[in-house]
Amino acid sequence: MRDVAVIGVGVTKFGELWDKSLRGLIVEAGLEAMHDSGVTSKDVDALYGGNMSSGLFVSQEHTAALIGDFAGLASRHIPATRVEDACASGGVALRQGYISVASGIHDVVIVGGVEKMTDVSESLATDALASAGDREWESFLGVTFPGLYAMMARRHMHEYKTTKEQLGAVAVKNHRNGALNPKAQYQKEITLEQVLNAPMVAEPLGLYDCSPISDGAAALILCPLERARKFTDNPVKIIASAQASDTLSLHSRRDICTMDATVAAARNVYRQANKKPKDIDLVEVHDCFTITEIVAIEDLGFVKKGEGGKASEEGLTALNAEISVNPSGGLKSKGHPVGATGVAQAVEVITQLRGEAGKRQVKNARVGMTHNIGGSGATAVIHIFEAI
Amino acid sequence: MSAPRFWREINQRYNLVGTECGNCGKKYFPIRSVCPECHRESIGKMKKVKFSGNGKVFSYTVIHVGSSMFQMQTPYIMAIIELDEGPRITGQIIDCETKDVKIGMPVESVFRKIGEDGKSGTIYYGYKFRLMK
Repeated sequence: MRDVAVIGVGVTKFGELWDKSLRGLIVEAGLEAMHDSGVTSKDVDALYGGNMSSGLFVSQEHTAALIGDFAGLASRHIPATRVEDACASGGVALRQGYISVASGIHDVVIVGGVEKMTDVSESLATDALASAGDREWESFLGVTFPGLYAMMARRHMHEYKTTKEQLGAVAVKNHRNGALNPKAQYQKEITLEQVLNAPMVAEPLGLYDCSPISDGAAALILCPLERARKFTDNPVKIIASAQASDTLSLHSRRDICTMDATVAAARNVYRQANKKPKDIDLVEVHDCFTITEIVAIEDLGFVKKGEGGKASEEGLTALNAEISVNPSGGLKSKGHPVGATGVAQAVEVITQLRGEAGKRQVKNARVGMTHNIGGSGATAVIHIFEAI
Repeated sequence: MSAPRFWREINQRYNLVGTECGNCGKKYFPIRSVCPECHRESIGKMKKVKFSGNGKVFSYTVIHVGSSMFQMQTPYIMAIIELDEGPRITGQIIDCETKDVKIGMPVESVFRKIGEDGKSGTIYYGYKFRLMK
């Protein structure tokens, strides 16, 4: 196994981007990452593209070859592979790129993630997202994706006395961070009163407990660490990569207040990196809903099980507090173009570790983590990065 | 003409038929051909079992933004039910007010229309739950 570095990053603005296409978005992010890294198309050996559901959102499959084509790489005939693990597609695409470089099969790899979600109506987008759960035994019967997380929240409130105010604190904090991120969908602070008074989506989750439907793309360039300095002065090392799975349906889980896939992947990355939760300076966690961030910080070991709500309310997860959670604004405020999310999380962590995050910069950031979830927790993929 | 895609599991949907592992005795819904506890030892020993349909509310939500087939029913209650025999199952709770449901309440299964493929399309039937009197 070779050490792997990230040498370039690119991310589009996230939001309702009606004037942009799926291919336009990912090519924009990819070219930015290539420019940032200094590699040219002649250097690129392979492409991995994370995308959850271009088939349902824009009736286009075979997305990776399309990306390669419009990035001008078709004439080079490099392998282009689409990676799909629902909302974890981007994080898993990064892991596939990492494995291919670490193994020695490829040298320079471009990892992309993209989703174009606003070309369909809200109910069709809800249908498409529900396909991340069990179609036959969950969504067919009427439960939506927010509905699954709502049942997780209700049970967490029942077992650990988590409150709606504590859930709301996550949204308020993430909007405060997102207001400092020029690529975020919502660059606007919100109040706890706004969160609590918002229209309900799936009780107890209201509109401001949910990440939005978004368009966007992100990209990374990877290469062996030993070659990184040839391209860039500020490479960031990937010091751990792990992925885990669990039952597809929420009702089959051992415990719906814990994501065992996160716990398993976290155990693996901490071992690989020889780090403990207290060694992590910042983490981009998968906050598709406010409850998801609370469960994530518990499962990643930053707080004890059941104390995620309290920690969020007390401000321990704010920018430059105990642990900076979602300095980008998270999925909640930055936006959640599902296939792009895992890659965009890595773009944020690398930007932070390079000290280039501007007003939302985490002080003395040396070690950062990304945590990307698919479905209601059937896939978890975690990476740890270190500045070198 | 193609076969309606949600008819594959029709027997289980009407009758709450799951499986019991002949090795460890654990029961599952829906049907599985391998026990996640016993793995190889369970192969060929998974037996069909019919559940009573009685259970308790394990968690629930009131859906206000539904997917396309359910948009006209909002607000409606969805729950994870823990069946008396052990497995948990997702289903709608009907015939009550949205504020009436609490975790731990006993429920029973009922046979209902779930939805349809458009106005003149296939009608889908299956289980829902209601609070026990």
